[in-house]
Amino acid sequence: MNARAQTLLWAVQRASAAVLGVCVAVHLATMVYAIRGGLSAAEILSRTQGSAGWFAFYSTFVLAVSVHAPIGLRSVLAEWLGWHGRGRDAALLALAMLLAVLGMRAVFGVFL
Amino acid sequence: MIGPAGHTGTWAAWVHRVSGILLTLFLPVHFYALGSTLESAAAFDALLVWTRHPLIKFSEWGIVVMLAAHLGGGLRVLALEFLPWRDWQKGLAAAAAAFALVVGLAFALGL
Amino acid sequence: MNTLKIQVWRGGAKGSFQRFEVPRHESQTVLDVVTYIQRALDPTLAYRFACRVGMCGSCAMTVNGVPRWTCRTHVDIALKSGNELIIGPLRNLPVIRDLVTDMREFFDKWARAKGYFEGQRTRRDDFAKIPPEGKDRKQVDTAIECIGCAVCYASCDVVTWNPDYLGPAALNRAWTLVKDERDVAGTGRLRAVAGDAGCHSCHTHLSCTERCPKQLSPTASIAGLKRESFLSLFGKSS
Repeated sequence: MNARAQTLLWAVQRASAAVLGVCVAVHLATMVYAIRGGLSAAEILSRTQGSAGWFAFYSTFVLAVSVHAPIGLRSVLAEWLGWHGRGRDAALLALAMLLAVLGMRAVFGVFL
Repeated sequence: MIGPAGHTGTWAAWVHRVSGILLTLFLPVHFYALGSTLESAAAFDALLVWTRHPLIKFSEWGIVVMLAAHLGGGLRVLALEFLPWRDWQKGLAAAAAAFALVVGLAFALGL
Repeated sequence: MNTLKIQVWRGGAKGSFQRFEVPRHESQTVLDVVTYIQRALDPTLAYRFACRVGMCGSCAMTVNGVPRWTCRTHVDIALKSGNELIIGPLRNLPVIRDLVTDMREFFDKWARAKGYFEGQRTRRDDFAKIPPEGKDRKQVDTAIECIGCAVCYASCDVVTWNPDYLGPAALNRAWTLVKDERDVAGTGRLRAVAGDAGCHSCHTHLSCTERCPKQLSPTASIAGLKRESFLSLFGKSS
């Protein structure tokens, strides 16, 4: 991968990290608050369904993660498993798709 | 895999990396479970029964700590790469660890 | 405790640690220990040194797991427990014999990172006038004192994990040239340092910064390269 592509990957990783910094902080705070004492489907869904704001927030979260996790994993696969090249990048693209699809499915289920 | 006489920076990076890997493995499961709400609230409740199991509860807490640790470590990386260089940045690893601990405690106490 | 128990690496990539007992003195460096072994106990021991006063970096070895300049490492500082020292060659470099490593790849990567000056002025031009307090020059000055000892390279986990990684020293030097206004290599150098095994592979372990005997921070220089390569995508520079 040439310098331009590597630099773009680095930039996307840092940008998604910045977005996730906010998303994770909000998510952690919300979860610590919401999960006190356990929860049921009805409890969760009564709070979340129909909320446009949360829908937008979690869609952003899912898309940022779908980008951030595979790029992060790319270094790990190369450095710890010695996996380089097109095959690895194709697998990571597949992971990105998986996270995005499953994630958006969840967002639709919980917030729409 | 830890380098010669590992120091704080090495541990911080290691925790950041391992937490990232674990979170990546956890996410598809998390998304899948939440997506089951599309079928029905009952389907989701069936999955939620799993979360009452103590081992699952512990893993849940573990994931929360992983997330906080990864966030802390990530903020450390962003600080090192974007802020003007200063010696105090070496203390960021400790700050990240402290943050993860606080979040873990908050979650555990709430449970 | 007036003797030291020393283990020294003998052999090449494959070998073993050989034990020696060395008289302990009040003011004694690890280099003194190695020299004593070679002169009094085993003349076949191979090791490198030159200035022995902390200026050349030739005597760098792994002492109780830590890469250091042996001439500037007092035995008292290096001892972990009791009176034992384990001395081996620097990590991440091929071992020629005993404590001597092959430094060629270390310097080859320096060249690959374009860690050399490219100027444009000739003897007919006036001197370049660089204010020492200028923003760019101050950044260069904090990174310029590298003497190529390879302690940072030996400390770096990424070098261990990725044999192609250019490494902290080469990238640090490249940064000093990127910030040198007399240098004209420009984007050519950024292309050399920002590729697959370049600056973006640094994972901020800070081992290099922790171990550099000249208190340099290659991590900071590499962070500079990351930002600079990003800005150059838009035709800008910092």
